[in-house]
Amino acid sequence: MMEVHGEVWTAKELFVYPNEFIVWSIQIVMYPFMTGLVAGAFVLSSLYHVFGRDELKRIATFSLVFSFALLPVAMMPLQLHLQQPQRGIEVFFTPHFTSAIAAFGIVFTTYAFIVASEIWFVNRQFFISEAIRLRDASSISDRIRGLIYRALTLGSYDVSEGALHIDHKAAKILAGVGIPVAAFLHGYAGFIFGSVKANALWMTPLMPVIFIMSAIVSGIALCMLTYIIVLEISLIRSQWFHRKARPGVARREPLEPKEIREHQMETVHLTKKYLVGFMVAAISLELLDLIFRGYTAVKSWDILRTVIYERDFYDIFILQYGIGNLLPFVMLLLPRLTLRRTVVSLCLVLFGVLMMRWNVVIGGQSFSLTFAGFMHYHLPIIPHSLSTLKEGLVGALIVMITPYVLFWMLNLILPVLPEHKK
Amino acid sequence: MIDRRDFLKYGLAAIIGTGLAVTETGKVIASAGKSDSVRWTFLVDTTKCVGCGMCVRACKLENEIPYDVSVSRTWVERYIVKTDGTFIADSPMAARDGFIDNVVRNDPDKPNGIIVPENEIAKAFFVPKLCNQCDKPPCVQVCPVGATYQTPDGVVLVDRTWCIGCGYCIMACPYGVRFFHPIYHVAEKCNWCYHRISKGMKTACVQACPFGAREIGNIKDPNDPVTKVIMTERVNVLKSEYGTNPMAYYRGLDSVVR
Amino acid sequence: MKNHAYRPLYVVIAVIVAILIARAIMVPKDFGIQKQGYMYGWHRLGNEQDWKDFKVKHRGREYCKDCHPDNYELNANSPHAIIQCEDCHGPAIDHPDNPPKLEINKARELCLRCHAKLPYKQSGRAWITGINNDEHNPGMECVTCHNPHSPVLN
Repeated sequence: MMEVHGEVWTAKELFVYPNEFIVWSIQIVMYPFMTGLVAGAFVLSSLYHVFGRDELKRIATFSLVFSFALLPVAMMPLQLHLQQPQRGIEVFFTPHFTSAIAAFGIVFTTYAFIVASEIWFVNRQFFISEAIRLRDASSISDRIRGLIYRALTLGSYDVSEGALHIDHKAAKILAGVGIPVAAFLHGYAGFIFGSVKANALWMTPLMPVIFIMSAIVSGIALCMLTYIIVLEISLIRSQWFHRKARPGVARREPLEPKEIREHQMETVHLTKKYLVGFMVAAISLELLDLIFRGYTAVKSWDILRTVIYERDFYDIFILQYGIGNLLPFVMLLLPRLTLRRTVVSLCLVLFGVLMMRWNVVIGGQSFSLTFAGFMHYHLPIIPHSLSTLKEGLVGALIVMITPYVLFWMLNLILPVLPEHKK
Repeated sequence: MIDRRDFLKYGLAAIIGTGLAVTETGKVIASAGKSDSVRWTFLVDTTKCVGCGMCVRACKLENEIPYDVSVSRTWVERYIVKTDGTFIADSPMAARDGFIDNVVRNDPDKPNGIIVPENEIAKAFFVPKLCNQCDKPPCVQVCPVGATYQTPDGVVLVDRTWCIGCGYCIMACPYGVRFFHPIYHVAEKCNWCYHRISKGMKTACVQACPFGAREIGNIKDPNDPVTKVIMTERVNVLKSEYGTNPMAYYRGLDSVVR
Repeated sequence: MKNHAYRPLYVVIAVIVAILIARAIMVPKDFGIQKQGYMYGWHRLGNEQDWKDFKVKHRGREYCKDCHPDNYELNANSPHAIIQCEDCHGPAIDHPDNPPKLEINKARELCLRCHAKLPYKQSGRAWITGINNDEHNPGMECVTCHNPHSPVLN
């Protein structure tokens, strides 16, 4: 049976045009979520590099590399969504800049170059020392690693005082330049929706700003969360090590468990302020948009009101605003913040940001262009065709897991975890 | 020590170079401007439509849209305005099989359908719909790769070999005329049978309609019957508030029509 | 001393050059800004002709006239003269070469498209002679009594 794209996961109600289906589904929810994480992680790292917040150094180093691991993953939802993914490269060949999506080619590539360059400058000294150390390595894996590091030096072995100074200067410039580019990367994603005049829910000039604010929220939250988890793993390994201490066998001594704990809470207290600040900004803008719509009550308000306050009330007010915003906000601000409470709050924040993307993308397609009908989206759970795999739960999970796989691979070459005493 | 000036200089050069390279392919192939003699225009007369659906059938067969799927380049809507002021509307399978009974089956809560008794019907009529080939098409504006475009005589076409299937044009159309072709998996929509009108024929739906509810013409020809109706009678367009300047005009367009 | 700082830039330039080379190979030569300008006319020019070359399927009633004069004349003198042959029989395409036969659809539903009486006084349906589908020989094929090319019974 021939499949009309979108028909299998769209349930129509009342008067809907025959050709209308939910065509921007879970992967289009994932895409702004992933680019938001990319932008947010980068901004967090730049807070250290540009504004010199020394206490953020360790999480900044980590989040820079994590931002780089997230970058290819930001492409994945688009490739999984496109009906002709092999033609995706056309955005670079014949970009039509009157379309916000065409800006993607330029912004994404620019951003990738900036992040990659910054990582290079920050880690160049390490690449050189490893390249030299592994020059006469014996084992195959060490020889391959040596090769990778030699390639990463880009032919420069200068570690003089002046050269290292250049590295710091360049990293600082790139971190600075990268902030507006990261903002633009995510702002234009908001513009993609905000500029669609045909969609009554999406059309608002506030959309790019709302997206940027919540992107930064999600980036900071994810970096905090991942960093804490990663430190937790090193803490467990450190406890194992100290229980079975065999002096002289291990090459490097891990940090004491107590030190790791202190470092975790210290990181939390430092970054929490920024997180809460941006959360306030994001929610303010969303509420402003909602209040404005209700007040001005234009032609589309009747159907939007039904969608926002009735059909999607649970998704918007309970899941996104309540559990995803208010609850973690309160949890983070109550006194005597524990690590466990932080971790739960961060998970809820990320959930809230994901629900925001869901409520915009899916919510915008919950009502018909007729303003007299509805469409209900049910996410395909068990895939029974290529399209329900790519644009279903399985596809979403693949997108969510891949950054961690990539990060693990990157960590093999670029250790960013403070497991070991320097 | 990187000289800031040099860094900016080389960076700027790289950006300009890239920009030039990007625009290099964009050479203007022909002089700017639309066709001087032809601008296709459509006229739908809703007072004449009987809801037989022959237009939808002919369109599917002419334009190779699979017959058994629910999408269609053109469709007919039925509106039943009730005496209490509310209305119900539907377009079953895009009206491919016409309307052969007074049962509206668009509410999943009412599987047997809704029958509005004759004494509760204030007014009821049919409205054919199709692509408006807008003068300022928002679907063309949002295509990221230049796969959809406007011809000099005003028709908006989709290049099936270039469309990447992102769906932005489908989201951008306020009239809901676009969809993904179930076989080619690229964007698809009515193109006023460009292959027929370019040869002096009528569109398949215009030819198929026994009642003259559809007509195609050239707004630049003052003697064209369609042009005469538009210029001398009271006509309307759909959703003019979106600023798309649609070129399909409607006679008898009721305020309830969506 | 300035040397090593430019190396990432060289990598960037190499990637951009690779993209430009791929573009020169893969983008059709007639792709560009056409008559409608950049916003509305950014496309491959050849596609316009591609669409003009799309196969015409419906030929119109004059195409049927020479080989089917009887039915043509009968129909032309009946109230069904307003209906195209291909509406009921399907597109001629290259008939009689391809397809050799067109469909003859005798189903009741075909006639009901116009002749099912519906209480819609503001539509064209109101003035067509119609039947109540449940009362007028329900289930029977209309062609049992009515010749579609000359449907009026004396």
